[in-house]
Amino acid sequence: MGWTGKVLRVNLTNGTVQSEPLNMDWAQQYLGQRGLATKYLVEEIDAQCDPLGPDNKLIFATGPLTGTCASTGGRYSVITKGPLTNAIACSNSGGYFGAELKFAGWDMVILEGKSPKPVYLCVTDDKAELLDASDIWGTSVWKTDEWIKAKHQDPMMHVATIGISGENGVLYSAIVNDLHRAAGRSGVGAVMGSKNLKAFAVRGTKGVKVRDGRAFMKATNDGKQVLAENAVTGSGLPTYGTQVLMNAINEAGASPTRNSREVQFEGAHDISAEAMATPRSTDGEKNLQTNQACFACTIACGRISKIDEKHFTVVNKPEYWHSSGGLEYEAAWALGNNTGVNDLEALTYAQFICNEQGLDPISLGATISAAMELFELGLITTEQTGGIDLKFGNAEALVKCTELTGKAEGFGKELGLGSARLCAKYGRPDLSMSVKGQEFPAYDARGIQGMGLTYATSNRGACHLRSYTVASEMLGIPEKTDPLVTEGKAGLVKAFQDATAAVDSAGICVFTTFAWTLEDIAPQVDAAVEGGWTPDKMLEVGERIWNMERMFNHRAGFTGKDDMLPPRLMKEAAQTGPAKGLVSGLDKMLPEYYQLRGWTADGVPTTETLSRLAV
Amino acid sequence: MLKALVIDAGKCTACKQCEMACSLENEGEFNVAKSRIRVFDFHTEARFVPYTCTQCAEAWCQQACPVNAITTDGMGVKVVHDNLCVGCKVCTIACPFGTVNYNASTGKVIKCDLCGGEPACSDACPTGAITYQDVEQGGFDKMKVWATQSANATTTEGPNTPKAGQASGTGH
Repeated sequence: MGWTGKVLRVNLTNGTVQSEPLNMDWAQQYLGQRGLATKYLVEEIDAQCDPLGPDNKLIFATGPLTGTCASTGGRYSVITKGPLTNAIACSNSGGYFGAELKFAGWDMVILEGKSPKPVYLCVTDDKAELLDASDIWGTSVWKTDEWIKAKHQDPMMHVATIGISGENGVLYSAIVNDLHRAAGRSGVGAVMGSKNLKAFAVRGTKGVKVRDGRAFMKATNDGKQVLAENAVTGSGLPTYGTQVLMNAINEAGASPTRNSREVQFEGAHDISAEAMATPRSTDGEKNLQTNQACFACTIACGRISKIDEKHFTVVNKPEYWHSSGGLEYEAAWALGNNTGVNDLEALTYAQFICNEQGLDPISLGATISAAMELFELGLITTEQTGGIDLKFGNAEALVKCTELTGKAEGFGKELGLGSARLCAKYGRPDLSMSVKGQEFPAYDARGIQGMGLTYATSNRGACHLRSYTVASEMLGIPEKTDPLVTEGKAGLVKAFQDATAAVDSAGICVFTTFAWTLEDIAPQVDAAVEGGWTPDKMLEVGERIWNMERMFNHRAGFTGKDDMLPPRLMKEAAQTGPAKGLVSGLDKMLPEYYQLRGWTADGVPTTETLSRLAV
Repeated sequence: MLKALVIDAGKCTACKQCEMACSLENEGEFNVAKSRIRVFDFHTEARFVPYTCTQCAEAWCQQACPVNAITTDGMGVKVVHDNLCVGCKVCTIACPFGTVNYNASTGKVIKCDLCGGEPACSDACPTGAITYQDVEQGGFDKMKVWATQSANATTTEGPNTPKAGQASGTGH
């Protein structure tokens, strides 16, 4: 009921698979997906293990609403220790793979050890096999997906796989499912590659039942109504996608530009949602072809784009002339504003390559951006880049760097280290726009103060999805706060962090929270599974998860000193826009945040806090 | 009035709510593998297409069934009777559209029966890609689109007055 009650354990070293019952006590304490799988991980691995070694584990996990008609109920997460950060990693994806895994009868799959040779995991309902992947090792996500479906003569299979980057240890490699949806961040794909696991194919024909069918239909229908009537989820996101933010954030002076030297990009309009929906001057076609929903999603924010066939990126490459997953806001920003490139078609092509080879476009774009600054400072030269003229604004350089990183070739190997290691290598660690080794996304911490605290304290390294205070500070959801002030932000960030941890554990998409609160979500969860799920219980579970993740990082060696933003954001004031003259006020917010969390002044959860939350 | 599912693929987002509603209605659980309606993902062509049985007037499946397990109800719907179906699958071969399929867990075939007149798929569709309409007016929306184009192309502006000898209605 909601949960299938089954966990598949795969030992890659021995090539064995076994089914075991889900720990139902933990399910009550951690709900599912992010929370529950993290509980398994922290209980089973040494926090100090090498993330790319055989002692790390990789968990694919669904939530109780995954595989149901609850809107957006198709999510899964990949949980592991991340190689980009050495911290807890938890990357969430949509598409159809997660629901299919649930239909096959599994709440989660735990992969341990390391296969002696390349294999892929094939799960068809109860049957799980490790099969030879030598024919697909060294091929792209797209080729692998096609090969597996042909091999098994089953077009209804869903495949999550790594590309060449993940096989070769690019530290921000993604796991891509359904060709263009990704468990994108923190390098979960590199962990998969380190285990010689190329892909995970799944086909499920079992059903998902819920605890109380009538209550479930009532709660999910009510929820869908709320999404449909909300301006963001009912109109903005389906029409414009997440790119609806491009112009708005830029005008708010909160768009990190050219490695955060600036906060507004003069080319933002050229790469915005509006630009995607306007016929091109070259061929009269629109970049945006249509929108696509993930499984069960009634928002449908996904972009399906087509590149101009005459554009330099694809001119002699008909294999890229079809439609595929196009630009989301974070990718458009990272590959665009942050590198100073305003060529929409080039950015779309770079996004295609990220999907085809399994790369996180945020970390990729931010790393290229940092490399561009190092290049302009003369610390990296054409000798290192292999002749690439790595100047800000050079679309051809961006594209070449993306291709090389996707295949882990040439200068792409250095870019594959991520910005923190790259900048340290060239003597300017301060130029990496990252926290805990992970690059931050598309919101400037000077222009949206809450996001500075969000990045600094995110358990998986800098991330917008752990506490999207942009919703409050920019959009007024659930209530408007001033983006330029630090007052009240500690409490705001904590509230978003705890609620989001619960949402990420339920099997639904965090974008629902533009319209839904836990008051809308708890009845859906409660009708699906046993346990009396109230908004309060979900919030408590969220806080428990947050502290559990924090303790894992603490054991992995992180301290309060790692809750730090790059010096640029703390010292160099924004030069234009509403935030002109401001730096991040992180130093004002952090002590209050620790206090609200019940942590010591050094950022360690106190015994009382851990005991209150039963972590 | 006979009604039919009218599918406008241009409105489909591939969310599969129809497949879940179908399986819940017919199988009592969320299980898209057992759905009678299926959404095809042609995202490389930016198209998503729901497809299911169109309830042929002269149905191949019905004519091929050796045990007369498929009958026509009062609304023209072809219904499989589980108590008669022997699971021979001949109807699945006969159907030119692939919309009758075998259910291995029951040993019977399954196909769309319009949920007895209240199709769950069209209720669940969030974008109006699947509607349940008068079978004789299934082309209404498409005609309206073309009519709009025709209206935009016209060079004549109203008000209009009848002309002698044209459309007088006196005919003969």
